[in-house]
Amino acid sequence: MKTDRFGIESVKIGLEAHCQLTSLKTKLFCSCSADYRGKKPNTLVCPVCLGIPGSLPVLNLRAVELALMVALALNCKIPNETFFFRKNYYYPDMSKNFQISQYDRAGGNPLSVDGSVYIRVDHKRKKIKIRRVHLEEDPARLVYTGTIDASPYTLIDYNRSGVALLEIVTDPDLSSPREARIFLQKLRSILEHLGVSNGGLEGAMRCDANISIIGGPRVEIKNISSFKEVERALNFEIARQKDLVSKGISVKQETRHWDETRRVTISLRIKEEEQDYRYFPELDLIPINITKSWLEQLKSKMPELPDARRIRLTKEYGLPSYDAEVLTSDKSLADFFESCVKLGKAPKTVSNWLMTDVLRCLHNFNLELTETKFTPEQLVEMITLIEDGVISGKIAKMILPEMIKTGESPRLIVKERGLVKISGREELQLLIGQVCEENPDAVKDALKDEKAIHFLIGKLMQKTRGRADPKLADELIRAHLALLKSRVSTP
Amino acid sequence: MTGEISAVECVSSVFQRIREVEDRVHAFITLTEELALKKAQEVDNKVSRGEKVGKLAGIPIAIKDNICTEGIRTTCSSKMLCNFIPPYDATVVQRIKEEDAVIIGKTNMDEFAMGTSTELSYFGPTHNPWELSRVAGGSSGGSAAAVAAGEAILALGSDTGGSIRCPASFCSVVGLKPTYGLVSRFGLIAYANSLEQIGPLARDVYDCALLLSVIAGYDPKDSTSVNIPQKDYTRFLANDIRGIKIGVPKEYFEVGTDPSVAKCLWNGITKLESLGASYEETSLPNLAYSLPAYYLIAMAEASSNLARYDGVRYGFRVDRDDLDWSEAFSETRRIGFGTEVKRRIILGTYALTAGYYNRYYLKALKIRTLIRRDFERAFRKFDVLIAPTMPIPPFKIGEKINDPLAMYMCDIDTVPVNLAGCCGVTVTCNFVNGLPIGMQIIGKPFDEGAILRVAYTFEQNTPFKDVRPPLRGR
Ligand SMILES: [Zn+2]
Repeated sequence: MKTDRFGIESVKIGLEAHCQLTSLKTKLFCSCSADYRGKKPNTLVCPVCLGIPGSLPVLNLRAVELALMVALALNCKIPNETFFFRKNYYYPDMSKNFQISQYDRAGGNPLSVDGSVYIRVDHKRKKIKIRRVHLEEDPARLVYTGTIDASPYTLIDYNRSGVALLEIVTDPDLSSPREARIFLQKLRSILEHLGVSNGGLEGAMRCDANISIIGGPRVEIKNISSFKEVERALNFEIARQKDLVSKGISVKQETRHWDETRRVTISLRIKEEEQDYRYFPELDLIPINITKSWLEQLKSKMPELPDARRIRLTKEYGLPSYDAEVLTSDKSLADFFESCVKLGKAPKTVSNWLMTDVLRCLHNFNLELTETKFTPEQLVEMITLIEDGVISGKIAKMILPEMIKTGESPRLIVKERGLVKISGREELQLLIGQVCEENPDAVKDALKDEKAIHFLIGKLMQKTRGRADPKLADELIRAHLALLKSRVSTP
Repeated sequence: MTGEISAVECVSSVFQRIREVEDRVHAFITLTEELALKKAQEVDNKVSRGEKVGKLAGIPIAIKDNICTEGIRTTCSSKMLCNFIPPYDATVVQRIKEEDAVIIGKTNMDEFAMGTSTELSYFGPTHNPWELSRVAGGSSGGSAAAVAAGEAILALGSDTGGSIRCPASFCSVVGLKPTYGLVSRFGLIAYANSLEQIGPLARDVYDCALLLSVIAGYDPKDSTSVNIPQKDYTRFLANDIRGIKIGVPKEYFEVGTDPSVAKCLWNGITKLESLGASYEETSLPNLAYSLPAYYLIAMAEASSNLARYDGVRYGFRVDRDDLDWSEAFSETRRIGFGTEVKRRIILGTYALTAGYYNRYYLKALKIRTLIRRDFERAFRKFDVLIAPTMPIPPFKIGEKINDPLAMYMCDIDTVPVNLAGCCGVTVTCNFVNGLPIGMQIIGKPFDEGAILRVAYTFEQNTPFKDVRPPLRGR
């Protein structure tokens, strides 16, 4: 691949993904409910998660188990013992003005380090190194009126304070916004296969991204609210940096905020040096002893992961590896696929529909599969309609967006909108006669050159709004032309 | 309680005494007379109904103001928390309530437990009942003075580097620092969380053992509390120490120890020998480093523990519209904290700063390990160690207030126990010029029974327990 000096090889991206362990019922250090979405502010709180003087954290061991399963899935090294550190900094969303987290320096021992994930970019597998996976507590949620810089005041909702977060840090191995998105998609799929996190929930997956181009300084984009936004934010930031460099202005090392509404990054603070978090051990929590038998027990309970599932899909259903990769990059997509196949449809047919039209449609609507009412039963019904000759593939493509949006049965949509395929010979012959009369020049051309037949078929499809059975239409137009020819040659 | 007098009578008499002497002693920040009398009445009702009552039924108890009490103001002697009413009880408070104790109020202390004299209280100093011009010791000075002055029968304090033993020694009461992990810290407002423990103060060893029995024990709300079987510490109180091996670490008697203190101690040790114990001089070679290590660790932890006081959720707040959040935090902390607290936060922050962490904090942790090993080695040979509690008799109010280093030096005999995670109890071993001198009995972790037994035997065979301060009611 040829690249200019701004080319793909010159971009280095590292990610810090923050994933809530949404399958946990309680917070990381207290027994408050972690199910804060849609709840009245500051109702799911106790002295511990509010940081009330005298309160002490008590570790939720289930959170450690889930985190260990993720660490195993990401092929990380897991130490015999791990402990928590305090990350000290002042910010209004922190109930204690320190965050209980983990650390890999100053004698710290995070839950796991040195892992890796494979992603598929342009049919090639690429290894992304995972620096560490560790547990920490989520801060409170700051609520602004309008945007962060225009809000006259800030409200603090501590319901989220203390929810278990998994921080997953990569090396700067990613070389484009698209790769970043593919990686995050893969990560999300792994977490969803493990059942530890539902990435579809608002705020369940957030991201910080470090980015540098042509060896320039590192710019950090903080708090990108979802994996969907990451690609956008990175694209903007690369364009911004390229623009600066092309004007001869040097890029500053700084921290920027991604403004989702305006779709721009804004400078938060210039970094003269790394912020000093004064990490030191959290001595209110005792070290966690990670025994071999505990790990073995967790391993034995691990569900099938995306990579294994990809291989199984190719073997069990004869899918091409590429199809299997796309399907398993999203747990809900792979589940959808397998449900359709279980309902009796040919794997490759289902896969084709999912990978092309369904995904395109979701992309256009900016929706996740799980956010729609679309069901495997619907898709299977639609394929059956095609197979039974009730609708054409073209009609199917036409009604798919409506199916996805409304969750309506395809049979019903087709019926209501009168889209059933015309396969009656006489009805079609009549319409072909009309098309030929309306387009005499095209008929003349077609009589001389067979290729021009397609124009007439197109016109017929237009007239029937795609309802004509294409095979039959082709056959009948040819017959009609042959008839015309014989009339011309025998005066 | 013996059942001779009713709980209401007992509590009333304590409040009568408080009315007589409190304006001179100033042991309390908050008094809860109404609540106390109500509770006492409930206890009496229980007794008259023939119901079973708890181990501390009707006993008036004072609680250091850094231990959370639901619905009762808990200030840590700081402007920062002058209006803070905790929404929950500390585990120890829950436990004494379950045993039907009567909480009479919250006692004065050095702000956030940082100090050795209880002069550093936002609410003003506590005076030593033995001589009102002198300090009561700190930081649990209010608790010790209240018990000494007859304003409470029992008290709870907290000991980070000697904060129970120091005022107990200065006020001539019995004070015990339990082994780290024996008593739940849940509800204790943290100063230096890896060092501090809640512990009892009482007029005599029996009461001290009784209160310890109530508050000790595993608490699932404190991960550092240790799951060992609950003990009744009064069972260890035999008037017999024959065969007990006492170690006397010579370092405790070297620099800085007042000759009058050393003399009292040796007399005490001789007394124990006459009661059947044997003693031998020994050495804790790293003891000299314990003071700087202690202050580094304590200040580092304090800088983090006290970060939460920003005026957002509770306590004092500077409420000005012209400040952004960062300025509002700073202004709240500038006005809300006293000088000593700010000094320790700043030094602690410095010690944790990148680049200094290894040089200061980590080094202090290494010293801590060495000191712990010194004690482990000594306890392989001895049942208990004996040392002065304080290197000097109680000093005058104001004498050391402007010299923090001189004040820190006073902790030299108490901090090693906290660093090593051992237990220690102080009993009066004599008086010099009418001022009490404390003897510190140190035991290996979770061997509170041994130190209480030695303390009890000493107390039973010396006259000091019955000497009361010359503080007349008005
Ligand atoms: Zn909570």
